[in-house]
Amino acid sequence: MDKVILRLKERSNIPVEAEAICPDLFLTKSQQEIEELALYYGNKGRRLGDFFQVQGERSDNIVIEGEIPNFKKIGQGMSRGNIHIQGDVGMHLGALMKGGRILVEGNVSDWLGAEMEGGSIRVKGNAGHLVGAAYRGSSRGMRGGEIIVEGDGGSEVGELMRRGLIVIGGRAGDFVGAFLIAGTIVVLGPVGLRPGAGMKRGTIVAFQEPDLLPTFHYNCLCQLSFLRIYLHHLREEDLNIPQEYLGGFYKRYNGDTLELGKGEILVWAGQVA
Amino acid sequence: MFRISGGEVYDPLHGINGEKRDIYVRDGKIVAPEDVDQKHLEVIDASGLVVMAGGVDIHSHIAGSKVNIGRKIRPEDHRRDPVPRSQVTRSGVGYTVGTTFVNAYRYARLGYTTIMEAAVPPLKARHTHEELMDTPLIDKGCLILMGNNNFILRHIGSGDYDKIRNFVSWLLHACKGYGIKAVNPGGIENWKWGKNVAGLDDLVMGYGVTPRQIITTLIRVNEELGLPHPLHLHCNNLGLPGNYQTTLETMKVAGQSRLHLTHLQFHSYGGESMRNLSSQAPVLAEYINEHENLSIDVGQIIFGEVTTMTADGPWQYTLYQLSHNKWANSDVEYETGAGIVPFLFKRDNPIHATQWAIGLELFLLIQDPWRVILTTDHPNAGPFFFYPQIIKLLMDKKYRDEMLASVHERASCTLLSQIDREYSLYEIAIITRAGPARRLGLRHKGHLGVGADADIAIYPKEVDAEWMFSNPRYVFKDGLLVVKDGQIVTDYMGRSLLVETAWEESIAEEIGKEFDRFYSISLENYPVELDYLPRYEVIPCR
Ligand SMILES: [Zn+2]
Repeated sequence: MDKVILRLKERSNIPVEAEAICPDLFLTKSQQEIEELALYYGNKGRRLGDFFQVQGERSDNIVIEGEIPNFKKIGQGMSRGNIHIQGDVGMHLGALMKGGRILVEGNVSDWLGAEMEGGSIRVKGNAGHLVGAAYRGSSRGMRGGEIIVEGDGGSEVGELMRRGLIVIGGRAGDFVGAFLIAGTIVVLGPVGLRPGAGMKRGTIVAFQEPDLLPTFHYNCLCQLSFLRIYLHHLREEDLNIPQEYLGGFYKRYNGDTLELGKGEILVWAGQVA
Repeated sequence: MFRISGGEVYDPLHGINGEKRDIYVRDGKIVAPEDVDQKHLEVIDASGLVVMAGGVDIHSHIAGSKVNIGRKIRPEDHRRDPVPRSQVTRSGVGYTVGTTFVNAYRYARLGYTTIMEAAVPPLKARHTHEELMDTPLIDKGCLILMGNNNFILRHIGSGDYDKIRNFVSWLLHACKGYGIKAVNPGGIENWKWGKNVAGLDDLVMGYGVTPRQIITTLIRVNEELGLPHPLHLHCNNLGLPGNYQTTLETMKVAGQSRLHLTHLQFHSYGGESMRNLSSQAPVLAEYINEHENLSIDVGQIIFGEVTTMTADGPWQYTLYQLSHNKWANSDVEYETGAGIVPFLFKRDNPIHATQWAIGLELFLLIQDPWRVILTTDHPNAGPFFFYPQIIKLLMDKKYRDEMLASVHERASCTLLSQIDREYSLYEIAIITRAGPARRLGLRHKGHLGVGADADIAIYPKEVDAEWMFSNPRYVFKDGLLVVKDGQIVTDYMGRSLLVETAWEESIAEEIGKEFDRFYSISLENYPVELDYLPRYEVIPCR
């Protein structure tokens, strides 16, 4: 498969605004044109070629070699293709993306997939705060697509999310699914404070007993076929889903009753029955 | 010193209607040809171009605490509209609630050079002036909110009229204000109790006075002080179906006295509920046509994103309930209040389309262009940088009908499709500069006669009026070239426009007692000092 490989020349701590690293743009550009793409290094305009050795051209498959935790906005708004990042990467990765796929071997910073509309993101390490969230002031966060973080997530995962799936393999910080409008958030590890605060609809799935707000009310013990389908899907994605999660019962709580109250938090109850 | 040569000049104050005239400028003023040294004269070639005085906006919200609350609650508004800096200009953001610098640049790039900030709570006057110090290029004035002020309400109740006049005079001085603004008189005071007033004769809680009394008193004070601008009134019942009756009654309250009714579009509704909201613009236009003491600005709807912000707290709560958007409420102690709600005007919404048509009806049915002024009540009904679109709608019947056909069919229940009137460039010059300048009592603005400020906008002559008025070739402020071919080329600080009226010292003592007991700041920190303003100009009273 054709691809464009970007090899980091030198590591830096100065933030780089790199929305130019986007499959939609690379697809039609020669190697030289890719090298000439504009990035902001601090407040100075620079060329992509100043930071990376570029190999390949005219492809929507991008491979980035090196640690780039200071590079922001990679894949912002992308609608197609692949980005494979072999190390750590910075904020706003895949924000506003509409399609395509992003794979990160290392860790990512905040705002991963913020307000994304479609496509999928897979992170093997940890993610920062506000995964799939709404930018401040916006009425809606993630609107579609899938984000899987194998490690931990920070605070406000899926804040104001409207549609789609977010999976956190490890622990999640405070305010998971705050103001959730719809969509599903699955947290395999422990959940921080106030999950689902202000949620209207949507589903948060937890496997360890969370500390729920008093505005969530216990409904019933249930087994849900949609959840089994979702968990099977996650197994196919090579996530470690124990067999008992698939067959077990879940406690259903509805809330946030300060809002619409049509949201649900499902908590695995073990092999009851 | 320069001459603007060979341009087509539109100067309605002097009856000049597109004739070729040369304009001479020296020391920031327009002068007679014999007052310049013809040998050392720079010449600006304006042949084929349209020359007008700089635009004057009689009602806009560009500075102060509620604009700032709007900025704070709308980061999404800014994220979509970043503005990089240039050699001359600062960076900033738009869109509906832009940064001070960006607002100023955008006004100047339309050829506007004088703006009235239309709602300044006295307690926030200092903040407002501080923002206006960062609003370059244009001249600016502040209309001070007085329609719900404790001191005024209380003395209307006690019948001590002299005290009120003294107080108003002092307050204008303390705020470095230009005129008196009243918003939903009495209603904002009642909002402090979670209520509103529904008509001119409802009681204001705790004071036993009525909106009618407040309006009558403020008109009388305004006229006795001889302020250059009449009372600037935002009527009761804004936005509500059937409110045209309140508006009509309010106009009658004015009798023969001057009165300016702001964003009349929001006050021209028939019907009993939002479902059957309809236009009563023709009724109001007829009344205005017969009463020369009245002037209005329109508050034309622009389809798209807006940020509504007004001292009318109870209405903003209603709007919040209607829209489910975010809402900020502000209570300004003894003086007034405010509410801020983002809003989206949609073409396919029957109410919004009707509101849009009502605004245009007002423009087209009020015969005397000197008394109808172009505004969008920025950023309430639309951002000001859409003024050129409104100009095109007024000048081009075909374009207007096309737009009417593209919006919700309910707009066709208005008279709009039956009105054939098209504005001429001469009339556009009236509703955007000569008219508002006259109504504000700014004798040296809005025209190109000898002695006027050399605030001049020069537009390319184009068939498409929207393009033409969006792209002035040159804009001069006080004789300085500030915009050339759409770019800001000079950084310049305009003046704050003020009035000075007399008051008796005894009033300060009485106010001092109130301050000690009830205000969060002391009287000493309240008045804005004259030194505080980088540049100012006192406009004489009548
Ligand atoms: Zn206003």
